[in-house]
Amino acid sequence: MSWAWLDSLRETIGQPQFTLLFAPAAKFLVAIVVILLIIAYLVFVERRLLGFLQVRLGPNRVGPWGLLQPIADILKLLIKEDTIPNRAVRWAYLLAPCLVVAPAFVIFSVVPFGPSPNAPGAPRWYVTDLDAAIIFVVALASLGIYGIILGGWSSNNKFSLLGGLRSAAQMVSYEVPQGLALVGPLMLAGSMSLVGIVESQAQRGLWFAVPQIVAFFIYFVAGVAETNRNPFDLPEAESELVAGFHTEYSGVRFALFFLGEYANMIVISAIAVTVFLGGWLRPFPSIEALAFLDLIPGAVWFFLKVFAFLFLFIWFRGTFPRFRFDQLMALGWKWLIPLALANLMVTGLLVVLLNGRT
Amino acid sequence: MNGNAPTGEPLFGLREMELNFGPQHPATHGVMRLKLKVDGERIVDCYPIIGYLHRGTEKLFELHPFFQNVPHTDRLDYVAAATNNLAYVGAVEKLVGLVVPPRARYIRVILAELQRISSHLVWLATHAIDIGAMTPFFYCFRERELILDLFEQYCGARLTLNSMRPGGQPYDLPQGWVERCGEFIAEFPAKVDEYEDLLTENRIWKRRTVGIGVLPPETAIAYGVTGPMLRGSGVDWDLRKALPYEAYGEVEFDVPVFHNCDTYDRYLVRIEEMRQSARIIRQCLDRLPDGPIMAKRPRVLKAAAATEAYHAVEGPKGELGFYIVGDGSTNPYRCHVRPTSFMNLQALPEMSRGALISDLVALIGTVDIVLGEIDR
Repeated sequence: MSWAWLDSLRETIGQPQFTLLFAPAAKFLVAIVVILLIIAYLVFVERRLLGFLQVRLGPNRVGPWGLLQPIADILKLLIKEDTIPNRAVRWAYLLAPCLVVAPAFVIFSVVPFGPSPNAPGAPRWYVTDLDAAIIFVVALASLGIYGIILGGWSSNNKFSLLGGLRSAAQMVSYEVPQGLALVGPLMLAGSMSLVGIVESQAQRGLWFAVPQIVAFFIYFVAGVAETNRNPFDLPEAESELVAGFHTEYSGVRFALFFLGEYANMIVISAIAVTVFLGGWLRPFPSIEALAFLDLIPGAVWFFLKVFAFLFLFIWFRGTFPRFRFDQLMALGWKWLIPLALANLMVTGLLVVLLNGRT
Repeated sequence: MNGNAPTGEPLFGLREMELNFGPQHPATHGVMRLKLKVDGERIVDCYPIIGYLHRGTEKLFELHPFFQNVPHTDRLDYVAAATNNLAYVGAVEKLVGLVVPPRARYIRVILAELQRISSHLVWLATHAIDIGAMTPFFYCFRERELILDLFEQYCGARLTLNSMRPGGQPYDLPQGWVERCGEFIAEFPAKVDEYEDLLTENRIWKRRTVGIGVLPPETAIAYGVTGPMLRGSGVDWDLRKALPYEAYGEVEFDVPVFHNCDTYDRYLVRIEEMRQSARIIRQCLDRLPDGPIMAKRPRVLKAAAATEAYHAVEGPKGELGFYIVGDGSTNPYRCHVRPTSFMNLQALPEMSRGALISDLVALIGTVDIVLGEIDR
């Protein structure tokens, strides 16, 4: 038996075209698996944390400290019957959950999880570095809405329909302030690449959350609304609309919606961390006395910050009542958008004035 | 789509949709069904449909002797069994002419006020979770659990208490009960502060409740609304003050009245009532008289022929009355319940017209209904 095939394989792998295709795909796969695991355990952490906030224990029976609970939940959802209502619009009904999940995962391909090593050819902490990454993120995030609207409409259920309508209005209106809030840091960084934005923060030795505190706040509020989380969880408000747009979904398809929501939470947090909180940078990157913090790898800092945001999401859920639909719209259009526009003008003026001086 | 948007003619023909809210819906508190006509999210009309829990309780009353009917009352408003017991035994005592000894009267007031607190806790828990605040639910049930423990120590049951008899009390307070109850009452006001921290000044909570479901006093009276709903509409009417029964004439307490007639004020009324109930229990525990707990009475009660009696008490939800007709036998000839929830529910369509679906769940919560009592 000859080993020629191995040599030819080695040759193929060595070719630059192959690396170009294979390496991102492999990285994306790794990223997806990691994100899936994070989501599974995010749900677990949420339940335990809520339990802590609500003087109860939370799931603690499956495995040590309930650590296997997410696995059990996933298994349960996988083997449940996947029902489709009789008069549902079949293709839309089947397509909707995928439309929610896919964009959320694709966004992770542009998020830099850590600093890039200087050595050429060394593996980098991102799948790809688009020079229009922010636009890519905003565009994909808005794609997810279609899934929710379609899911709500195609189920042939009035509660689903109302949930779909609510989320259409909510997500469309909150995308505007969210996008506007991202423009401020863009102007400061002068780059739309997420890597570029973090590097610009490193250069200045300043997280953009400091000069762009208003934008940061707007982005986060809009982000909570975008992910349909409490206090903006109207599309799936169980006391009003049963389960909102996913009332009719069961089994795996319900799990996909669930996955989409949590993936979106992580996306929102990851983008907030990258754009406003210096991505993989340590706190106070300009202060030399804290240089020892650099011993902790950048990716760890990144995930720590992301988890801080996720904790906020959960904390909100334990604390706030729900907004009413019209109040939510009023908050978006009457407060967040004007505020974001004002912030944009001030930032623009400052950038022009300061750059003119130097 | 804000609160004062013009609601004129629809632009493009008919836009209304019929929506069945319940009987299996997370916010209808049991098996109530609301037939809604909605225009988008706005409610054009609301029509409550009841009867899914009808068990013929009033007919059941006619089949059993007076003292065996107490368990049936437990199952009317099942989160406030002691109050139902109190109203029923009061009516029987009036009908037969029994004088309850003072110790029994005090025990009854303690039980009834504990029950008021526990009923209000269930109300607050569900009301808050309907409006989206999840955490108060668990806090409220934590305290309610302690009250149920007290009930269990007194009569062995936690929910369907069967804790009173015509003529007095079936059991004396067990050893140590007064102290345990006193401990709970001492801690309870701090717990109410805790709920209030989460809700009272919360901006979202206020936005969801202030000015929602306005029920003017005249309308409230016209619909026969009683209890915290009426007092939230600015009418100072509490049977415990107006027609004192049991030991209520001998204790000091305030009746909270608020004048904005909205969901927020009804919330404030109930929160304050919990504090006042604690105050009443404290006084009763301190002054608990000694003596017998049961009046001298025949083993089998018989009402005189062609007699009738109506006795009403101030339940957690409002006036709860029993009207009993005697025909000379050991059973009631007819027993009619004046159910609080039924009367209060009548105001719901009035309040919900023009509101949004989100407001509807707040309104169902603020009416505080229990279907066991509505359907009977």
